[in-house]
This record gives sequence, structure tokens and C-alpha cells, in this order.
Amino acid sequence: MDTLEQLRDRLATRFPEAQVVFVTNPGASAEHSLLLDAAHARDIAFFLRDDPALRLDYCSNATGIDWPEKEITDVVKTSVPDPAGGPAKIVETKSVRVQPGYLEAVYHLFSVALKHGPVVIRLRTANRSDAVTLPSLTPVWRSCDFQEREIFDLFGIVFAGHPDLRRILMWDEFKDHPMRKDYVEPADYEWEPTAHDEVLDKAKAFRASVPSVAARKETAS
Amino acid sequence: MSTPASTPVYVPFPAAGELSDADREDLRRNGILLTSLEELYNWGRSNSIWPLQFGLACCAIEMIAAATARFDIARFGAEIFRPSPRQADLMIVSGTVTKKMAPLVVRLWNQMPEPKYCIAMGACAISGGPFKQGYNVLKGIDRFLPVDIYIPGCPPRPEALLNGLIKLQEQIKGEHLNGPRSARHLRDDAPSEYPIPEYGTHDLTPAQNPALWSAPAPPRYPPVDPTA
Repeated sequence: MDTLEQLRDRLATRFPEAQVVFVTNPGASAEHSLLLDAAHARDIAFFLRDDPALRLDYCSNATGIDWPEKEITDVVKTSVPDPAGGPAKIVETKSVRVQPGYLEAVYHLFSVALKHGPVVIRLRTANRSDAVTLPSLTPVWRSCDFQEREIFDLFGIVFAGHPDLRRILMWDEFKDHPMRKDYVEPADYEWEPTAHDEVLDKAKAFRASVPSVAARKETAS
Repeated sequence: MSTPASTPVYVPFPAAGELSDADREDLRRNGILLTSLEELYNWGRSNSIWPLQFGLACCAIEMIAAATARFDIARFGAEIFRPSPRQADLMIVSGTVTKKMAPLVVRLWNQMPEPKYCIAMGACAISGGPFKQGYNVLKGIDRFLPVDIYIPGCPPRPEALLNGLIKLQEQIKGEHLNGPRSARHLRDDAPSEYPIPEYGTHDLTPAQNPALWSAPAPPRYPPVDPTA
């Protein structure tokens, strides 16, 4: 198989109107990936599956990632020439910008026929609140069925074209998406022997919220 | 003594439970087997505990191993795992009880006929175990069911399950058929069925059965000041 850069170039010539971005992984694993735009993702996925040189016939894993809103501080250094003729001063100007959050679905593709892989592709939503629809790849790889349901359940990405998009792990009455970074868990922490301050704080809040436990604390002290 | 010598004096025969083991063994050597109905009844029940055949997580694998020839739970008469709650005496809650599964477990318990017993097997069934701080795992089945035996371990070995079963047999053998210390299933005030929690928006409602469980008080909270 070609390298991922070559694959990106092939896709760029095959789908000239599609945006395919090469996403590098700076870690030691160097597991780079291709970011596809949602409008052409399913066409590209069919191509990846059916192209005789690729034949990526097996999607082993589909998962979600939550990227919350992030504040980024940009530091710009400008050298200001000294009017008196001395050495130029370097002035730092800091500007804070907010990078909007988004959700990602990541697919790991292998070829069982040609014994190569993985090829990692990503799809990205526009934001985390109202534009969270991505095209479902279940029509391309049947193994995505349950995994996309899981992403829908835990991250809240809506997969357009999925044959049976329901919650799979949590119950139907459940609200919110528990794997999102800003999910607030139910406050049911009683005392427990733990060294984690975060858990102890939750336990304290729980004790204060339950009258019977708070009363017992009064009598115990 | 006012009783005439001709009238036979009624001497109550000592109940089997009041004889020492040595006395009873002495009688047995002479061909007299002594027992009480209570003892016989409990002996039969404790040696034919039919567990409900259901598993929730990896502890169930150990439960299956306890049923195999190597560990052989049949030695204790508990090898007949019943696939129907109507035929089961013992519920072994073997594994992680998720909040989604908890109402089903309580429903199975309600469908079991009395007398019935509950074993919480493994850290998850006792307290939620390693998943206690998660959003989706019940922090112990004793929030909804009356647990008789707790078996710690993650998972407990089959020997530990057998030990828990022996402890349960001891508990059954000590139960009384009447009187103030009668068995739970013979008392009118002890419920046989427990309310099934419903799915809420983030948690079960109610999150626990207040008649069975309340949050434990921290051992020293607020921390005791030794100088005060």
C-alpha cells in the first residue's frame, strides 16, 4: 500500500472537490490520519473499500473524541526600533483567542484481503451543540453499526443514514452524553476511603445534600 | 409431692436441639437417630440450594468454574443452576451491576419464590468495585436487595464462592421455623418483593431503597482534633 501522504494525494486527484487534510500524530506511535470533510466522506469511504489497490474491507474500530472549547494565547514578538538610536526593543503582545470545540469520529480501517492497515480516517463536526451531524459509514462497513450507536450514545454525534440510531449502552430515558468532557455525573458519592481530592469534594457535596446524612454528621461530631 | 405414686409422671423428652453431640452420637450407636423437624428441614434445604443461572461479568466465569469438575459445587448440593427464577432458591449476583441492569436484577429477585437468599459475589456487586466512581455502575446491589453473604475478591476464586456457600448453609441451618428468631421468609413483616427502580434522566429513581440502605457515616468526619 502507498503511504498515507500518497493516499491523500490519490484522494485529492480522485475527489478534487473534497477536502482531505493530513493530520500528523506527534507522538511516538506516529499514527497519522486523514481528516475527511463530511460532505464527501461516504463517497471516499466507498472508494477506500472498493479500490483494488486499497480494498480496506474491514473497519475494526470506530470511536469518538470530544474536543472542548479551548483558549489559546498567542504571543507575537515585534521589535520596536529605539528612536534614540539604541538597540531595538522587543515588545510582546499577547492575544487570547478561543478555539471552538468540536466532536470527532475516528475509524480504523484494515484490509483483510491485502493484509495491510490500519488507515485512520477522521470526521469532524462543526461544533459541539447544534451541528453535530456526520454521515454514517455503516452502509460502507457493517461493523460500524453498533460502534456508531455507541458514539451517538456517549458523545452525541448524530449519524445521518444510520439504519438504527438508538442509544446502545445507556437507557433510552437518559439525558446528555456521558463521555463528553463537560458531563456532570449524578451526585451520589458517599464517604469512601480514597486519596483523590476530587472524589472527596464530591462526597462532601453529597453529604451536605442529603439531610439524614448531614444530621448524622452533626450527632457524630 | 401431691401426685399419687400410681400416676405416671410425664417427663418431657428433651428436644433434639438441647442434646449435646456426644449424647446424640451415643444414642446413634444404640440405633436411635434423634432429630427435630426444624433440623431436618434446614438440613434438606441447605443441601439443595438451587442457584439462579445468570451472570453479569467476569465473576460469572468463576461461578461457572465452581460448577465444573475441578471445584464441583455439586458436593454441596448446589449444582442445579436453574434458568428460571421460579425454580431458584439463591441469587448469586456475580459481577458488575450497571444501572441499566439493576431493575432487571430486582425484578428477577421478586420473581423468585421464598425462601430465597442472595449472595453478592465480588467487589462490583458489593460496592461497585473499580467502577464505583463511574456514572453507569450501581454502587452495590445491597442498595436494592437484602444481601445475605458478601464474597470479596476481584473476582473471588471458586473456593471463595464455595466458602460463601458453606456460610450460607450455616445460616440456613441456624434458622428457626417459629418464634421471634424465625427465618426471614416466615415473618410477615419481612417483605418478599422489593420496589423496582425506574430509569431516570441521569440515575435510577430512587437511587437506592431507603428501607434497605442509607449512606454510611464517615468514620471520623469532620476530622477529630486531638488537641481539642
